[in-house]
Amino acid sequence: MMPVSQEPKPADNKSTESGEPAIDIQQVTKSFGPQKVLDGVSFQVRRGETLAVLGRSGTGKSVLLRIIIGLQVPDSGAAMILGKNMATASAAEINEVRTQMGFLFQHAALYDSLTVEENVAFPLVHHRKDMLDSERRDRVNDLLKEVGLEGHSNKMPADISGGMQKRVGLARALVLGPSILLLDEPTAGLDPISSGEIDELVLKLQREHQLASIVVTHDMVSAKTIATRIALMDKGKVVIEGSFDDLQKSDEPFVSQFLHRDF
Amino acid sequence: MSSTATGELRPNPIIGMLEWFGDLGSFVWSVLRAAVTPPFQVAEFVRQLDEIGAKSFPLVALAGSAIGVVLALEAHSSLVRFGAKSLLPATVVFSIVTEMGPIITGLIVSGRVGAGIGAELAAMKVTEQIDAIEASAVDPEKLLAATRICACIISLPLLTLAASFFGVLFGWVATAFLEPITLVRFVSDGFKGASFKDFLPPTFKTCVYGMIIGTVASYQGMRAKGGAIGVGSAATTSVVLSSLFVILADVILVKVILLLFP
Repeated sequence: MMPVSQEPKPADNKSTESGEPAIDIQQVTKSFGPQKVLDGVSFQVRRGETLAVLGRSGTGKSVLLRIIIGLQVPDSGAAMILGKNMATASAAEINEVRTQMGFLFQHAALYDSLTVEENVAFPLVHHRKDMLDSERRDRVNDLLKEVGLEGHSNKMPADISGGMQKRVGLARALVLGPSILLLDEPTAGLDPISSGEIDELVLKLQREHQLASIVVTHDMVSAKTIATRIALMDKGKVVIEGSFDDLQKSDEPFVSQFLHRDF
Repeated sequence: MSSTATGELRPNPIIGMLEWFGDLGSFVWSVLRAAVTPPFQVAEFVRQLDEIGAKSFPLVALAGSAIGVVLALEAHSSLVRFGAKSLLPATVVFSIVTEMGPIITGLIVSGRVGAGIGAELAAMKVTEQIDAIEASAVDPEKLLAATRICACIISLPLLTLAASFFGVLFGWVATAFLEPITLVRFVSDGFKGASFKDFLPPTFKTCVYGMIIGTVASYQGMRAKGGAIGVGSAATTSVVLSSLFVILADVILVKVILLLFP
């Protein structure tokens, strides 16, 4: 139960059209047993913005994404996504919001019994039953072309590289035309060239689709490339939120240590 | 919970078992609701019918055949001793159709399908594929668990019929080597005096076996944790628990059938 003092601010379903934030995290806390991984986290993301969330391992960054997509429920606070509080919404409301979100998992989480084409088509098969098979195939092929995987549609996930799997995951996340994109460590485990290609792809998709995006990453170079704002987390709290220049100017010891370790 | 010598808390096995049954009950309720509310995952259900039913057929047929041969050889040896070898066809047929066919099918399918479902769903769980399904606004219990459980419920009676058929057939083959007898005579003598209540209830009790196998394996798979160890553990416990519960269910159902169909 949320304390009354932390009742979410009212929002409507047309939050993005009226300029309200697509993602509005309000004082979210989450613990696993004695370990508090999120401690009063708050931020907003509007369409066209990309927020990079950085921090050490175990600071709750991925848990934050899972709360936003509704895979976990916060202990307190509100996760207002397109006007719906994912912490208290019904299953049907959560699923309605999810159709407007795309999630790229850290290891892509491709369905290994399906081909690349079937993986990307999965959300369409389940949510766009009005589409003809040919329309579905065209949409999938257009997206595979957009992520640079034209010609790989009949391959199985085990037959493609990690970078290619991430691209397929990205295509699958975009296939329903979402307004929100969540990326969990999109460049983790990739070589610098592949990481750069993923960054360029995310930037291009952001420009074309004007998404409200959150990228959880350890990669400061990637964050600097794709993010309009950066939030640095430590011990479950957002220590600083702003541009990369704001981080460089900060005199917080943790911020300085984090930046200098990477640079 | 009790403490070890080093002061660490040791989980209470009784509490753990009660928690397991409680969580299983919650899972069953959730899957039941998913199974009866649209949209229905027909394509996945049909795919599972093939995976669970059609692909188990060869193994079940082989097991049924082996049981038929063993039963015929053992029964012949015993019946000759008591001067009742004319009862051999009926002994073989009734034993297979009323009990051996169903239980062997249940145990074979527990092993093959239970391990397969447990391992597959556990691998999906530890690689976040189930989370990805849920994040795509698709109910994973409806797509993965309900389809598999329904496919098991439908497939088990059909596989049992196959096991019984091959059991009777190869029971005749084994008998014919010992005492020349035509297949027609063997079947005629075997089913003499039989009625539908002798083989329909035992065949349909395997629907309960199917529900047990599908439910236990899906539950173990979808609750797996801990990478490769978790996948292995899910596969193993799926087989062990579903086999055990199938046997326990058989004990109960035999009594129920005898009461309902005296």
